[in-house]
Amino acid sequence: MNPVDFPSVSSAEPQRLTKKSISADHPTWCPACGDFAVLACFYKILEKRQLQHENIVTLAGIGCSSRFPYFVNSHGAHFIHGRAVPFASGVSLSRPDTHVFLFGGDGDGFSIGGNHLEHGARKNIRLTYVIMDNFVYGLTKKQTSPTSPIGYRSKTDPTGVIDQPVNPIKKVIAAGATFVARTHATQVAHMMQIMERAMDHDGFSVVECLSECVEFFPGAFDAGNPRKGGRFQTIDEKKWDGTPEDDARHDTTDEVAAYRLADMEFPGLFGVFFEIDRPTKNAMEKKWIDDQRAKNFGLTDREVLQKTFNRMK
Amino acid sequence: MSPLLFPETSPLSAETHRADLRPEHIKDAVIRLAGNSQDGIQTAGALLARLAGRSAQDVMTYMTIPSTISGGPSIFQVRVGSGEVLSAGDEADFLVAFYQHSYQDHVDFLRDGGVLLFDSDHVQPNLQDKRFIHVGVPITGLTVEALGGTAKDKGKNIFVLGLLASIFHLDAEKLKALIRERFGGKDESIVNTALIAFQAGYGFPVSDLLSRRYEFEPNLHAREQAQLTMDGNQALAYGLIAAGVRYGAGYPITPWSSVMEILRSELPKYNGMFVQAEDELAAVSLALGFSFAGHLAVTGSAGPGISLKTEAIGWASMAEMPLIVVNVQRGGPSTGLPTNVEQSDLYQAVFGAHGDSPRVVLAASTVEDCFYIALEAARIALKYSTPVFILSDSSLATRIEAFDEPDLQKIMRNPALDLTARPAEYKPYPLDGITRHAPPGSRMLGGKYPVVTGLEHDEWGHPTANPKLHAAMTAKRRQKLRLLAEDIPLPPIHGDAEGDTLMIGWGSTYGPIREAVVKAREMGHRASALHLRHLHPLPGGLNQIFAHFKRIIVVEMNDIGLFGYGQMATILRARFCNPAITSFTKTDGLTFRVREIIEGVFP
Ligand SMILES: Cc1ncc(C[n+]2csc(CCOP(=O)(O)OP(=O)(O)O)c2C)c(N)n1
Ligand code: SF4
Ligand SMILES: [Mg+2]
Repeated sequence: MNPVDFPSVSSAEPQRLTKKSISADHPTWCPACGDFAVLACFYKILEKRQLQHENIVTLAGIGCSSRFPYFVNSHGAHFIHGRAVPFASGVSLSRPDTHVFLFGGDGDGFSIGGNHLEHGARKNIRLTYVIMDNFVYGLTKKQTSPTSPIGYRSKTDPTGVIDQPVNPIKKVIAAGATFVARTHATQVAHMMQIMERAMDHDGFSVVECLSECVEFFPGAFDAGNPRKGGRFQTIDEKKWDGTPEDDARHDTTDEVAAYRLADMEFPGLFGVFFEIDRPTKNAMEKKWIDDQRAKNFGLTDREVLQKTFNRMK
Repeated sequence: MSPLLFPETSPLSAETHRADLRPEHIKDAVIRLAGNSQDGIQTAGALLARLAGRSAQDVMTYMTIPSTISGGPSIFQVRVGSGEVLSAGDEADFLVAFYQHSYQDHVDFLRDGGVLLFDSDHVQPNLQDKRFIHVGVPITGLTVEALGGTAKDKGKNIFVLGLLASIFHLDAEKLKALIRERFGGKDESIVNTALIAFQAGYGFPVSDLLSRRYEFEPNLHAREQAQLTMDGNQALAYGLIAAGVRYGAGYPITPWSSVMEILRSELPKYNGMFVQAEDELAAVSLALGFSFAGHLAVTGSAGPGISLKTEAIGWASMAEMPLIVVNVQRGGPSTGLPTNVEQSDLYQAVFGAHGDSPRVVLAASTVEDCFYIALEAARIALKYSTPVFILSDSSLATRIEAFDEPDLQKIMRNPALDLTARPAEYKPYPLDGITRHAPPGSRMLGGKYPVVTGLEHDEWGHPTANPKLHAAMTAKRRQKLRLLAEDIPLPPIHGDAEGDTLMIGWGSTYGPIREAVVKAREMGHRASALHLRHLHPLPGGLNQIFAHFKRIIVVEMNDIGLFGYGQMATILRARFCNPAITSFTKTDGLTFRVREIIEGVFP
């Protein structure tokens, strides 16, 4: 067994991204699983935005939804359950040339990974995190998730869920995320628009996307789907046009107003709850690096270390 | 410990006033400063150690720090020698006692004929104890007097440094320069205060109380190369930098924290970054994100934090991701003895995993080796695309040694990213080769981009539960470490290549075991020693060495467990099925004294 070393190859001209070039393995999800729509939407965005193919990074933890990276033909990693936020942070912080997209489920994000989500948000690490919330543990077959509504009968709450569920939007805003939105996998145009805005946001952007688990919680999101007789009510964002109607619209920089909207009864509102500009950790770390480099201007790494050693003699 | 020092053991009374100082040449001295942690005895001790380093003297230090931050009894021990200094010393030649409790707790560590220098403002020793030379100096009062009383008794440490400088005939100018370096920078008055305290101690007529002044013999093996003086955690941190590690993440825990503190402020100078994570699992995950991104990254902790990282290290084995994991061991299990030393995390490093999850385990033997082991870890992690553990421990972490300045020109590794386009035949997990990841940013000319995964996978990284593939991939991950075993040099034997007793050590016991070999041979035993740096996999050829000894005794600081053998001994017995391999271990949370090893191995 020898290390495989390749001769350096000249890179061919980058190809245009097409649905074909960015799709990989056929998804292993159950037919009609909500996650298909999220994947289709992601393909469309990549096609529309024509990012540099080799700089797209698709990451995930563990769960049905977290199998996402296998279905996208980009650099990717399928990490461990709940810890994808710090993993993605490592990629984002050390590779400013990449576009870091992170996908996962509600258990992955709000339960086992809940603390990592809070710290990723607090540090405002530049990445886009789409949480495909199906209110249940899909991969492990129908246990209670942190977003399962009270009364839902799962295998671990056979008589109905008794614990208060997480309010994802409030949790993420309180943690310090700088872009927080909610969408519905059956509302393709809305999902596209929200995911694109999340992607353009310079900071930690979180999208909660209600995505039905047809296997273990069928019909969970019908109340938000007009085609199933529900109501898909979007947030009316302020236009700052000075009109009297504008007064009633939502100021996405108003944290308290965002909590109020996030408290509405299920199926609640869809759209951008909160969006602010705050320096990213990426930018602040870079500034520190630049300052330090300026102090050692023109020195090689070896000379910098030598300087330190000279003080230890 | 040092029979050469103070050959005449007749006690001198402190009352004897003599001006005719007799210079006495010594090769080696163990000086123990005993006080409270807030007295700054660490600072005084470290200055002594650095002076020794600058004078091309060998030096080794040892200290205890109370686990409470607000002070409490603490010691700092410096052993300075003109020859090779291997351990911090079994007994002190010189004890400086700041308080009554310091005197009471440490007087038994002073050898017969040793000098007890005590603060006569606080300590009332038993002057009838004729084993020692008593030298009482009103350290507190004189310091307050010298500093004008404003700073209370702060500065006693530097006063004592001055005293020691005059007793040991140390280079006062060099020491003053070190004081200026240590305290300089912010506030000129701090340097001045320190220099006044030093001068007061240095000028004290100690010759009225002590009949001799001591002088270190010039170092016969004086090295051409400059010496660096630092502790093990510093050596490890700078070793990682020399090894091209530019990214890392960690979470604070004693005794690992100072590695992360150094990397946090140093790495930006090298265009890198160290992140303080929310916990150890996040830290290892960040580090793996850095590694996935194409940078060789480091994470580290002590035992409890390593336990938290374990799941992600399993991912690194499966995904075949290069990663350096540092464990600065302390006493365990659980919070255990946070500020004491133990080598009880060896099983955790070698076997602490779910699934068949081979990894590499290295152990640093000295402060100097903390530097070079980082380079070896990086070499292996990259060449074999694997997680590599570095085991250090709390004694290496905190002790200060002087060692030859490394030749950076020769050893620095360039951490450049490899983003070359990969050819169409590229596979992330080839069965007939070692994995070479293609990080984000590298174009895949075959059009297919790799997914790095913790699921069992085929050569392209597609998940599979195919029985043949799982067997083949498990073998692939194992086989590369067998290759590594062939790539590791056999450690040298200290002593003869055959004999009655071969002592085996790993990690920080290197010095005391070597000294024990010298002692044992003086006593007439046919004894040798072998020290392991590569613990997993082991170098090939050990059994041929073992065949030349009647007894192979593994000396380590952990428990004999249910099977009756220490952790390394158990691994060696399992590996070689050799009943001659037995154990000598201890679990008192303290470093080995040479005498303890001799008594344990030659009962
Ligand atoms: C450490 C660890 N604990 C538990 C599991 C088992 N597990 C896999 S996925 C999962 C929950 C998945 O739920 P969610 O994140 O909501 O994703 P979904 O399948 O619903 O998309 C669990 C508990 C695991 N893989 N790793
Ligand atoms: S179990 Fe549920 S979440 Fe998983 S693939 Fe099937 S429908 Fe989707
Ligand atoms: Mg779920």
